[in-house]
Amino acid sequence: MIMKLNFFLFFFIFFSKFAFSAEKTIDPNLIHKNLRCLVCQGQSISDSNSDFAQTVKLVVKDLIDEGKTEEEIYEFMSDKYGEWIVFKPQLNIQNSLLWILPYIVLIFGGFLIFTFFKKRQ
Amino acid sequence: MKKIIKIIILFIFLFVIGVFYISLTRDTNYNTSSLINKEVPEFKIISFDNLNFYTRDDIKKNNYTLINFWASWCAPCKIEHPLLMRLSQSKNLFIIGINFKDKTIQAETFLNELGNPYNVLAKDVNGKQSVRFGVFGIPESILINNDLMIIKKFVGPLSNEDYNTIINIIK
Repeated sequence: MIMKLNFFLFFFIFFSKFAFSAEKTIDPNLIHKNLRCLVCQGQSISDSNSDFAQTVKLVVKDLIDEGKTEEEIYEFMSDKYGEWIVFKPQLNIQNSLLWILPYIVLIFGGFLIFTFFKKRQ
Repeated sequence: MKKIIKIIILFIFLFVIGVFYISLTRDTNYNTSSLINKEVPEFKIISFDNLNFYTRDDIKKNNYTLINFWASWCAPCKIEHPLLMRLSQSKNLFIIGINFKDKTIQAETFLNELGNPYNVLAKDVNGKQSVRFGVFGIPESILINNDLMIIKKFVGPLSNEDYNTIINIIK
């Protein structure tokens, strides 16, 4: 019984350490991949070796060190260069259709297929 | 039912055409509109001689401030330099030059040869400060009033038209 409890505690501590550390650390590469290189043709900051991309990578590193969250970093970049710099569109009124439309189409399409098969039966 | 399906197909077709039209005619180049009428960001930038730091307080003192990002290795900076020299004669305008990712000796040679239009000279060795100002290439110039609001941002070398715009604003 004690052996089992020790085994359980070991796994709990071992995995909870990873779970909590995963919450705190931000992967800069993930942010670089979601930021557009403004001086390149369709490349992300991660893909580009341009001077601009190198500078942005340094700034992202600084912002992470300052304790900024991923969203705050995107906000900072959008504030300076406009929303165009972020690949993933932000959820706001302007982009609402972009986010909602696929779900509407999915529901509507499902409804159409459902009525089509019901009629055939 | 068939009529409804036809209408839906037509609607989807028109929607796709609409999306393509908007996407293809949209200007995807970086523009500075997001920065205009916004307050200049907090900054602390080191002077060219490494003796001082400049902050937003140095802008508040002047009616108008033009922050110009330049480098000796930047060919378009040479093109706009005579206009900056002319602007430096305006009493209502304070010009801060930020030397961008440059070597000190080469920057000094540049200014010795072409003249120094800057009231204050600072440097951004690794380019990190420039990101705070939304700069992605040089030369770039930012016109700020004493309320710390960005009035205009000029991407690329200043033209005669830009010169006239600045003069009209600061007169």
